[in-house]
Amino acid sequence: METSFQEFAAIEAVAHHHPWPRRLVEAEMWLDLAARLAAGEGTFLALWGDVGAVHLAFLDAGATAVPAVASLACRDGTFPSVAALLACAIRPERAIRDLFGLTPIGMPDERYWLDHGRWPEGRPFHPPEPAEASAAVVPPYRFLASTGPGLHQIPVGPVHAGIIEPGHFRFTCNGETVVRLEARLGYVHKGLDRLMAGATIERAAKLAARTSGDSTVAYSFAFARAVEAALSVEAPPRSQWLRALMAEIERLANHLGDIGGICNDAAFSLMLAHCSSLREQVLRTAETAFGHRLMMDAICPGGVTVDVKKDGMAAVRGLLKVVRAQFAELVELYDNTASLADRTVATGRLSAALARDFAAGGFVGRASGRSFDARRDLPYAPYDRLHFEVPVLTEGDVNARIWIRIREVGESLDLIEQILAGMPSGPIAVDLLGHIMGVSEGLAVVEGFRGDILAWVRLAADGTVERAYLRDPSWAHWPLLEAVIEGNIVADFPLCNKSFNCSYSGHDL
Amino acid sequence: MRRILFENVFSRALTEPAPAVDDPELLTLAAQLKEGIDRTFGGSLSIRQVDAGSCNACELEIHALSNPYYDLERFGLKFVASPRHADVLLVTGPVTHNMREALERTYNATPAPKWVVASGACAIDGGVFAGSYAVVGAVDAVVPVAIRIPGCPPSPKTLIRGLLALMAAQPAG
Repeated sequence: METSFQEFAAIEAVAHHHPWPRRLVEAEMWLDLAARLAAGEGTFLALWGDVGAVHLAFLDAGATAVPAVASLACRDGTFPSVAALLACAIRPERAIRDLFGLTPIGMPDERYWLDHGRWPEGRPFHPPEPAEASAAVVPPYRFLASTGPGLHQIPVGPVHAGIIEPGHFRFTCNGETVVRLEARLGYVHKGLDRLMAGATIERAAKLAARTSGDSTVAYSFAFARAVEAALSVEAPPRSQWLRALMAEIERLANHLGDIGGICNDAAFSLMLAHCSSLREQVLRTAETAFGHRLMMDAICPGGVTVDVKKDGMAAVRGLLKVVRAQFAELVELYDNTASLADRTVATGRLSAALARDFAAGGFVGRASGRSFDARRDLPYAPYDRLHFEVPVLTEGDVNARIWIRIREVGESLDLIEQILAGMPSGPIAVDLLGHIMGVSEGLAVVEGFRGDILAWVRLAADGTVERAYLRDPSWAHWPLLEAVIEGNIVADFPLCNKSFNCSYSGHDL
Repeated sequence: MRRILFENVFSRALTEPAPAVDDPELLTLAAQLKEGIDRTFGGSLSIRQVDAGSCNACELEIHALSNPYYDLERFGLKFVASPRHADVLLVTGPVTHNMREALERTYNATPAPKWVVASGACAIDGGVFAGSYAVVGAVDAVVPVAIRIPGCPPSPKTLIRGLLALMAAQPAG
């Protein structure tokens, strides 16, 4: 019997969509694909809107799972809800409705998501006719109900107590125990998709770099690869190796910051002090090597904008030595502090089933048995020539998410060493202008520090961006955070939250 | 753990300007900053950070102010959890429509005298997000701004420089 993946593969692919195919499907196939994904036969990657259409990216079943995109035309402004079958599609679907005015038929949650009823115009991709401010159509937000004796609510945010991004958390508790957490996001929605539409590639790359500041390298990397795919251009070898160098430096900085931050949320500030000083040294090295502490705008479609500065390589080598020496002691410290383990072990457990169902990436997925890493599983240059392990644990608790990071710090240090040794010489960018011909589309998946980032772009015939979509791994992680906190005490929320370290800006777009 | 603590007791602090041999610039800044705060607030200034729509890059660098290299608290500059405890609101990001009310309410909850620092390119004029349907724009379109700190994102050193400028700009008392 033919599976729907095979039927899907038999459909003629849309022209000029690279490197993986995009195919137009009808409603029946659309729902069938969703059902297969819900049955665990493939893996959900992303669901996003377009003018008059919706796109579903997934990894098909089988050993050589590769991405594919199914597109459905929304002829009457509706489409059959994927979320009715697939829980991880609920929020993407709500966002599609908010931005494009397309209605998912049968959607399980009809509340507006990114639209808080405060935008002066109507749907951003659906010109209002007549003009109607979103306030006119968006009702006050109704949080999910929890009823029972002794329950009370704790509202937190959007302005939080610490120096973090804004979002609202609604806790329903029984004494100290959290019965339900519901997050409300969208506060930092800046209209990225709309700003991208019509932008030059250069400006769009700047916007992509500011999708989520902690992953600026990864986003620039993903966007650049999507544009290059669309134009069937290869960035020069040296630029690809420089990109990987930056990506691993970024991963190192973020993991060090997170390990310190999580321990600090258990009041173990000694770890924060040491990790934050290591992180500072990583950022200073990035500045020495690439001229910017976060390496913002250092990667561009076509290559990189900056070569390693004089003394850069030496600075990175020096950094490796320092981190290797000091980090080992910190790992020992973490491992031998029982009072800290008491807070992190068995706290905020994410089951393997949920991690799989939501296709959780990065340390969240890998701490719960889901072994996926775009660098290994959808290999891109130069990772196809580098050696590294993808650590996987099954405990799924805060402790496991810390240990995945610890292991990945080691892997990144090894990768940086290999990159320094193998760095080819040559040009650092190619001019894209000569390659633009007609409408073309590109898809890329790049491993950021918190998981796989998907970038999709459609370039117009004049070389501007017609539509771009960037999917942060946090789309999967936010709902899972709500699941893991259940049954934990309120005081453990900061630990759970920091161990997930979801992006607000990357999610809110 | 005892060994690390023991080593820390007998090793030199990472904190930079205090003995900073490599960074006389920050040392000068730090001294001026301390003097300014002493004059206005008798030695302490409480800062409430508000992300009004940033991409989070600004927050990362503001965080860095608390690491052992910059150790902002030694100047009497302290991040506080509530706007009711704050003298300064350090605001980042282009103000989104979805965050506008939260920023206004935070400002109104802050007791006078108070100053708003617009930190980063987006907070100053909306940055790359200016003109979006979802964005109000600069911070001063929503609350009065005392000083602007440029950068995308502003580096920790630039942030310190900006806070210093704020202190210099305010009359004593």
